Amino acid sequence: MTPNESESHPSISSEAKNHSTRRDFLLKVGVVINTIAAFMIGIPIIGFIFSSLIKSTPPVWFSLGPISKFPEGTMRRAVFENPYRREADGQTSRVTCWVSRIQGDQFKVFAANCTHLGCPVRWFAQSQLFLCPCHGGAFYANGAYAAGPPPRGLYIYENKVENGELKIKAGVLPTLGNPV
Amino acid sequence: MSAKEKPITGTLVNIAMWMERRLHIVKIWNATAGHPIPKTSASWFYTFGSMTLLCFSIQIITGILLSLAYVPSAAEAYRSLEFLNFHVELGWLLRAMHYWGSNCMVIVMFLHMTQVFLWGAYKYPRELTWISGVVLLFLTLAIAFTGQVMRFDSDAFWGVGIGAAVLGRIPFIGGQLVSLLLGGAIIGSDTLSRFFAFHVFILPGCILALVSLHLRLVLLKGINDYPKPGIQVNRRTYDATYEEIIRKEGIPFFHGIDKDLVANGILLVVIVSLAIFVGPNGPGIPADPAVRISDARPDYPFLWIFAAAALAPHGSELLLFFVLPIIATLLLIGLPFYSNQGEKHFARRPIAILVVLLTYLGIGMLSYAGLTGPWSPQMEAWSGAPTKREFIQARTPLELQGALLFQNKQCRNCHALGGVGGRRGPDLSDIGTRMDEPLLVRQVIQGGGNMPAYGNNLSEQEVRALVSYLVSLRPPHTIPAQIPSRPEKTERVSTGEPAKQAQSGR
Repeated sequence: MTPNESESHPSISSEAKNHSTRRDFLLKVGVVINTIAAFMIGIPIIGFIFSSLIKSTPPVWFSLGPISKFPEGTMRRAVFENPYRREADGQTSRVTCWVSRIQGDQFKVFAANCTHLGCPVRWFAQSQLFLCPCHGGAFYANGAYAAGPPPRGLYIYENKVENGELKIKAGVLPTLGNPV
Repeated sequence: MSAKEKPITGTLVNIAMWMERRLHIVKIWNATAGHPIPKTSASWFYTFGSMTLLCFSIQIITGILLSLAYVPSAAEAYRSLEFLNFHVELGWLLRAMHYWGSNCMVIVMFLHMTQVFLWGAYKYPRELTWISGVVLLFLTLAIAFTGQVMRFDSDAFWGVGIGAAVLGRIPFIGGQLVSLLLGGAIIGSDTLSRFFAFHVFILPGCILALVSLHLRLVLLKGINDYPKPGIQVNRRTYDATYEEIIRKEGIPFFHGIDKDLVANGILLVVIVSLAIFVGPNGPGIPADPAVRISDARPDYPFLWIFAAAALAPHGSELLLFFVLPIIATLLLIGLPFYSNQGEKHFARRPIAILVVLLTYLGIGMLSYAGLTGPWSPQMEAWSGAPTKREFIQARTPLELQGALLFQNKQCRNCHALGGVGGRRGPDLSDIGTRMDEPLLVRQVIQGGGNMPAYGNNLSEQEVRALVSYLVSLRPPHTIPAQIPSRPEKTERVSTGEPAKQAQSGR
């Protein structure tokens, strides 16, 4: 208490001193309790907000079906249900990819998302090109960059053939920060 | 009669007085509606602020009503909108009012900001009013974008995809930011839920808080006196000058709302008319990633950003998406500090006028480009676009083969003939007058300038046919292009490996 204040309230100054020690103690207790409480509430809230980072959803292996679905030397569109699908996702869990069977068990599987801004590219067999409908990005049959604004070639999913089934490692939206 | 009436009026007066004594309504009225403003500020140009507030009120009311029927789930959102459109009584009208109210809010807010900028109202002592307004602009754009996602049709879905792709470009933390944006591995239910939370809770809450601050500042620092050319703002003298103005020609705020009333009435009629006669937006094609789309286009307020992304030179995306927005934001927020005093009137601030003109021209032209989207290939042009007779008649068999190749190899998706077809590349109706055979062969085989190389996909004969057709594409009575720098005919380039794409060709 500043001298000025005690001067303006001279009548309570002696009593206030006793009170102020008790009040100081209660204030300190209050600060400690509330700090603990803030952490107890805050940490779970922050954890909840960033849960999509804490609970990682890495790409997983799953089957696109028997390799007989993909004739040699062709490019076929394949639609798969995302492995992280939930009921509420509805149709949005259906993901498109482009499967190129080079020969035998040799495959290349491309994400449909253009590397420029993520629009779905479409394959044109006649000109052997992927074209993006949004900004005109173009890619060659091997997924390499051909023309337009994309910064790189198409995203490629890892693939393997097991028991006559084509399996790919996917499930995460490919972006430049997380290219499959 | 009077004997009967008196006790009722007396009771009403008593109730009113009781309320007044508890709530101090007169005091609040005097501090707000009654607060003095300069007489000159009751101007038509000062009506945009209240118009923005009107739009926001419409958004709140229609938004709450829409939420009664809307289901924020990726599986159900689309169907709930169709239900609103076709089954809920007047649901379509409320959707339309929410949509047009949103567009009008962005436009009117932008006009408000322009007016404040040109009239120098951001200068001392209204710096914080300007800054809170800038934050409100960003919040409004954010709520418009999240609102577009609520539609959860194909445009909305791929719009989020574009947002994710943009975030994914941020160095180091891009991947994590994408996960935060999507709330999961893919664009799905978690994504819509989080956009919904932002659209109906977080952003409206922030906007309400900032609008309160904004209005509080208007009350505290007063409405900008109408600027006169030659009168300078000076930090040391302004407050006294303003007080003098208020003392001499101050009027209560509610005496100056006649023009606001008219302007807001007109705006309301415009919004409702647009809603009735143009109707709601979509929902368009359902958000199914397995359905082929022809293009994805954002709502009006974002068309210019969409266009800028398309037209930016290759490799400038980081600059366009991050560096420029940060610089622009700093310039906007810093405005009242690096332009704190001096002239207010736009007649003495040529640079301010230039900035406004360039901004409007830039955003206007980019929006127009975004609306027409000339860079988007027409994905069905190769099989669907008709060819006019003039582009086929009197051609040799070789040239006709070339014409077929021109369709079959999807050239038409990017190149128009007679204005029909894609406009990603140049219209080739008279390419024969601009390029000769060797140049065309090189372009077809190697590509370049946004065109893929066709060297691997065309045989030597096909290239010959195609190029002979292209050379024949010129108006009657014109001669083929002759490149003066080429003294003699060079050897025919044969088809070979496509050269690696030269980025400098753009």
